Amino acid sequence: MRTSKTLIWLFLLPSAVVIGCVVFYPFVYNLYISTTNMGLYTIRDYAFKGFGNYRDIFLEKDLWYYLGKTIVWTVVNLFFHMVLGISIALLLNRPIAGRGIYRALLILPWAMPQYISALTWKGMFNYQYGSVNLILTRWLHLPAIEWFSSETWAFIAPIITNIWLGFPFVMVVTLGGLQSIPRDLYEAAEIDGASPWRKFWNITLPMLRPVLTPAIILGTIWTFNNLNVIWLVTERGLPADKSHILVTYVYKAAFTYYRYGYAAAFSVFIFLLLLGFVLVYIRQTRALEGVR
Amino acid sequence: MKRRGAAARTAGRILLYLLLTAITIVTVYPIVQIFGISLRPANELYSTSLRIIPEGASFDSYRKVLFEKDFFVWLRNSAIVALAVSVFGVTFASTSGYAFSRFRFRGKKTGMIVILVTQMFPATMLLLPLYVIMSALHLVDTLLGIIIAYTATALPFCIWTMKGYYDTIPVDLEEAAMIDGTTRVGAFVRVTLPLSAPALVITALFSFMAGWSEFIVARVIINQQKLYTLPLGLESLSSTFQTEWANYAAGSIIVCIPVVALFLLLSRFLISGLTLGGVKG
Repeated sequence: MRTSKTLIWLFLLPSAVVIGCVVFYPFVYNLYISTTNMGLYTIRDYAFKGFGNYRDIFLEKDLWYYLGKTIVWTVVNLFFHMVLGISIALLLNRPIAGRGIYRALLILPWAMPQYISALTWKGMFNYQYGSVNLILTRWLHLPAIEWFSSETWAFIAPIITNIWLGFPFVMVVTLGGLQSIPRDLYEAAEIDGASPWRKFWNITLPMLRPVLTPAIILGTIWTFNNLNVIWLVTERGLPADKSHILVTYVYKAAFTYYRYGYAAAFSVFIFLLLLGFVLVYIRQTRALEGVR
Repeated sequence: MKRRGAAARTAGRILLYLLLTAITIVTVYPIVQIFGISLRPANELYSTSLRIIPEGASFDSYRKVLFEKDFFVWLRNSAIVALAVSVFGVTFASTSGYAFSRFRFRGKKTGMIVILVTQMFPATMLLLPLYVIMSALHLVDTLLGIIIAYTATALPFCIWTMKGYYDTIPVDLEEAAMIDGTTRVGAFVRVTLPLSAPALVITALFSFMAGWSEFIVARVIINQQKLYTLPLGLESLSSTFQTEWANYAAGSIIVCIPVVALFLLLSRFLISGLTLGGVKG
């Protein structure tokens, strides 16, 4: 079909203007700030630093620690989101009574505003009054956990929170994908005597690939850059700044220490890491193949 | 032989229900917990009881939040913002998504990738420059400022959703309408849009949530108390944690009700409309 240029422009322009102003212009401006020493006291009379801020990133002694933590954070979250989301979707896809009710209740974590959920979980991890410890000690007779004084537990607490927050998205996407798998594929497999396990690996999973690939890409990006959960569940990166991932570390550099130039450079560094990962992933999985 | 199969199937079904119920209880527990806290009377705030409904439960916190705080001001601001973001989100995403799905133009693939790339910017990268632009445009401390910011952040995902859904609708339908004498735009509005209802609902829902639930951008752009949205208002309650914990919980429950209700009402569209497979074209 031939379409007039004006019409194409008319359809694309509003989005392009809004996204351009609010997302792209800031991106470019951020690149500019990243080459200066801008900070709270030098917000007007800043000086150029060239690539000095970028050099400082690599001089940061905890850089590799935070990077490692970010990768663990992303991989663990995504793994549980996928496994839980897909398994629960498969359970819900069976003919069961009250399916709608289960489904509705299981979507709830996604519907809640994130900051409310995060602060609620923070309360639940409280040493003395939090219900997690109360359940551990009273019902399971296990010792209480000092969630926010040990580095490991202060990392596990936001991971639990984020797994809870994120699995409904995968569940919903999978439920949608399951609807489009033709029944006769399973019938044919049954005639061939395939086990349920085989049917899952050879039919369900490959057929879900088109919906799961973008879910994995988006999930990786969202998790890698998730500021809210770690920031709100642990007390702003405590204990001793050890519970940070890259984005919360930058947020602290920018808005607690007012190192704008440095934070800008660090943000670019995080962005490039993600971009690199996604490009490789897209090439490997050919996720964009169909975009003409 | 047949009987044993039936017994095994019954056992399997019971196991399935038990498993699902267990998962559901764990999932819902934190939400029930907030509700429980919101009912606590002042002398029970720090309680080590695991009871869901506390002793001496009262709706006092709800009364306090609703009538002793500026709750209705926050609510009005949030409602304006969320509705405006939904309207802009649906209008812009439905048209741009259509362009990406149906039109041929140069830079189409690049455009789709660029939209994906916008999702990768860390929040810190945008906040400071955003503040600078907003002050240059005199949009700091205005609801319009955050409406624009939220629309821009919600759009990329919505455009992808719309494009993915349009891709599943056969072009022939529009072509048939055009042969019958409808214009291109007419075919889009009268044929494709009605068929895309599930995706439009999703787009509206996500845009609404982006406006209703966001906190960090609002914190940066809004300073005046009379322009506080619900998240900012709630935060002001939680910052004086000791005294206001129950009020905060009550406020949270009230804030959640509209989004949760919308989500539940629209959950069937959620499953049919979220055709992420659109990435595959």
